[in-house]
Amino acid sequence: MIPSLSAASGRSPRRAVLYPSWFLAPAFAVLAVFFFLPTVFNFIYAFTDWSAFHDDIRPVGLANVKAVMSNGSLLSSLRITIVYAVLVAIMQTGFGLGLALLLERDTRINRFARVVFFIPVLMSALAVGYTFQALLKPDGPLNGLLGALTGQHVTIPWLGSTTWTVVTVAFVNSWKWMGLAMVIFLAGLKTIPADVLEAARIDGAGRWRTFRSIRFPLIAPAVTFNVATALLGSFNGFDTILATTGGGPAQQTEVLNIYIFRVYGNGLFAQATTMSLALLLLVALLAFPVIGYLRKRERVL
Amino acid sequence: MRISARGWSRLVHPAVVIILTAVVIGIPLWLALVTSAKSQGEANLPDLSLPRVWHLWDNYSQAFTQGRMLWALFGSLLVMVPSVAGVLIFGSLASWVLARRAGRVMAVLYSAAISGIILPPAVVTIVLLLRQLHLASTPIGMVLVYMGMYMSLVIFFVTGFVRTIPVEVEEAARMDGARPLGIFIKVVLPLLRPVIATATILICLYIWNDVFYAFFVLGGGTYSTLPLNLYSVASSNLYQNNWNLVFAYVVLMSLPLVVVFVVAQRRIISGITGGAVK
Repeated sequence: MIPSLSAASGRSPRRAVLYPSWFLAPAFAVLAVFFFLPTVFNFIYAFTDWSAFHDDIRPVGLANVKAVMSNGSLLSSLRITIVYAVLVAIMQTGFGLGLALLLERDTRINRFARVVFFIPVLMSALAVGYTFQALLKPDGPLNGLLGALTGQHVTIPWLGSTTWTVVTVAFVNSWKWMGLAMVIFLAGLKTIPADVLEAARIDGAGRWRTFRSIRFPLIAPAVTFNVATALLGSFNGFDTILATTGGGPAQQTEVLNIYIFRVYGNGLFAQATTMSLALLLLVALLAFPVIGYLRKRERVL
Repeated sequence: MRISARGWSRLVHPAVVIILTAVVIGIPLWLALVTSAKSQGEANLPDLSLPRVWHLWDNYSQAFTQGRMLWALFGSLLVMVPSVAGVLIFGSLASWVLARRAGRVMAVLYSAAISGIILPPAVVTIVLLLRQLHLASTPIGMVLVYMGMYMSLVIFFVTGFVRTIPVEVEEAARMDGARPLGIFIKVVLPLLRPVIATATILICLYIWNDVFYAFFVLGGGTYSTLPLNLYSVASSNLYQNNWNLVFAYVVLMSLPLVVVFVVAQRRIISGITGGAVK
């Protein structure tokens, strides 16, 4: 190799000529103005009386925080958001992995099934939500089918229970996204070298043992990717919940974004900002350790 | 009696796959399809039966006009196409520099740039900012907001990908006297195709189906998108139980994407995984 080229270290002025700094400018300008500036505003306007009812905006200290604390909505929305996100992460990853293992072999039926399971990923979450709202009515088709199977009159309030509806809604969201998790797991499974599996078979490892000791550890990066995207995506969950329950019954599926949407609609902009700040802090506090933990497991396994 | 391995793979496994697919995906999609073809009375309580009287054309044309579908389609394209093009061009340009130059400043810039993958956009104060910039309720405001939201994803994907491309491929062009922008456009950009495909598919999916951010930015303005209009069609019809119209809109809105996918599924799936899982 020519010395003058290989000697070009990262810091040398030559690099700055070859890769001009102004190439960074458009991307960082957009990021600075439309991502970071609103985030900074979030820390300011959460402590003002900004609303639809008057034009001036004045600082009010912690009044908004006190308001959302005292009516219980902050803690309840935080709790529901975390429960919902964890449920989605578990179900979506579990369903995706199950589907990937079931549809792993390249047969014609499997290829067809993969395409069908991917269709919900393409649909709008609102459309999926309305479909399940109809399907899960107390006198709707699912209870009708269950009734026909059991021979009894079934009226399970899938979306009407103050305790279990969050699980149903998390299931609907996982149903929508499990095709994407499946595709990512399939790609991960494909990277496992055939000779490793062959060696395990010769050593007498059964299906389960092979999966537990070889295949699962080798698809750890895909698990990390799926769990992390499911968690982050559902901390921001909105559409599926809006279209199935709208946050009900009795606000028991009201995650932070549904609350923000409702309160903003009522003109209480500063309170919505306070909740938006709560979401930001929740994600920052939880997401980084979770992703760090998953990455560490990847190395251990 | 134990099922032999051969019997499992030849008979039981395909049967399990077909039944699972039919129940888990088939039933919900079937419900949407049949309900979209029923009369209002029949759709009042949605079920899985075929329509007694077919109202396919009535429902679809009513959903089409009531949901102002052409205008919403135009709005959806108007915000999606420039957002995706802009975020990919600006994002790849920055990623190339971030990947090739080392040093503390670049490391800090890179961390800042990808923090948006994790941090949620400050949706309420975005509205405030857009009002101050006189961009509230405009497609330009929406495009800039989407670009700010997805820039992190693009920079994360593309920077990782550029690092796997050997510098030597750029050097031949450099010897010929090409300038940085020329090298980027003629040499680097064509090599980025797999990762750009991944990012394009994912971001198109997110923006096409987004309703949350569109509510805040476009809500109440002249412009609309397909999901926003689905919400207004559903909100105005559901309390009257006009499920037929809601599902007619759902089918009309989902069909184009599903058709595109079924035609190009192999390329789309390998496109999604090509740049995401390494």
